[in-house]
Amino acid sequence: MQRTTLDLWVGAFVVAGIAALVVLALKVGNLSTYNVSETYQLSAYFTNVGGLKPTASVRSAGVLVGRVSSITLDTDRYEAKVTISVDKRYEFPKDTFANILTSGLLGEQYIGLIPGGDEEVLQDGGVFRKTQSAMVLEDLIGKFLFSEAGDK
Amino acid sequence: MPLIKSVRGVGHRVVDSVWRLGVASRFLALTLMQSGMSFRRFQLIVKEMFSSGVMSLIIIGVAGLFVGMVLGLQGYETLKRYGSESALGSLVALSLVRELGPVLAALLFASRAGSAMTAEIGLMKATEQVAAMEMMAVSPIARVVAPRFWAGVISMPLLAAIFSAMGVFGGYVVGVVMIGVDEGSFWSQMQASVDFREDIINGVIKSFVFGVAVTVIALFEGFDAPPTAEGVSGATTRTVVESSLAILMLDFILTAFMFRGV
Repeated sequence: MQRTTLDLWVGAFVVAGIAALVVLALKVGNLSTYNVSETYQLSAYFTNVGGLKPTASVRSAGVLVGRVSSITLDTDRYEAKVTISVDKRYEFPKDTFANILTSGLLGEQYIGLIPGGDEEVLQDGGVFRKTQSAMVLEDLIGKFLFSEAGDK
Repeated sequence: MPLIKSVRGVGHRVVDSVWRLGVASRFLALTLMQSGMSFRRFQLIVKEMFSSGVMSLIIIGVAGLFVGMVLGLQGYETLKRYGSESALGSLVALSLVRELGPVLAALLFASRAGSAMTAEIGLMKATEQVAAMEMMAVSPIARVVAPRFWAGVISMPLLAAIFSAMGVFGGYVVGVVMIGVDEGSFWSQMQASVDFREDIINGVIKSFVFGVAVTVIALFEGFDAPPTAEGVSGATTRTVVESSLAILMLDFILTAFMFRGV
């Protein structure tokens, strides 16, 4: 087939477009932080998840170890069931504490894992026994007002 | 009776536009059915991609850069009030990838390439080139319309991606280099909030739909134009107006489907 300079320009255009997509995916998006195959599932029950959303990060000692995969209401317990996928490289003891924390005062909510001292580790499908729900600002203000009124 | 006359005029217009919509849909179906040849002779598509895609690169790139820079400045001014300048990266990237990239690139594409397509095909019709093709048993839809259609549909997502990438770069230049937002938080907040499937793939789908809409409108208007100087100029105007409105309306519909909030 004949090659023309026009082909070169169109080729350069397509390469630029695909490069832009790759830049968007890797540099702007979070594709590089996904590792789909190498995760295992754990779940935790919370009385209140606050503003936690699917794909929120799961951190231990500040390091990203996984992501929230789903949040559903368990109608047996009337508590929120949060399923998280954790990177296979990391294992956590059975008595690990799962907290819903907030980055900054009004930032995004994430799950913080504080490992305990148990010898056994949580397997795929395991459940965190000790959890702490999200801090809800209204509750906090309510408690503060109540205690202020009680002092007087 | 001026009242009856005006009512009749409105009715006539409505029926006429529904009629044209029907013809345009048939035109799209015909184009899709007869696009086999343009894939067998891919050179035809490549040639049209040069005139619609490559020639739009400069306007798309420069526009994206400046839109990103404006977003950086305005976003910084607003976010500064809440003490969350570090969220500038996610503001710039999300608004570009979700909305501004696909929509503005499509609007620019409609006025840069769509109008040219309409004028070209309208003039081909006015100078009876289309009729000559039919005389030679060459289907003008397969030979003239389908390659331009596919070139537009392929170019549009690429142009939108280039627009968004240039915009993010513009936001980076203004936010980080000029104003001095922390570089690490700029990129990390951006990566934490932009999701590949939710945001980037949806943006690509949007620009693909816009590409189909813009090219169909442009080609149909050109094909439907009265073969006079006035007719071609009117068709070119209608292309820009109709495709801009179609882009904005489709954008609302697609956004309502895609981002309903989890």
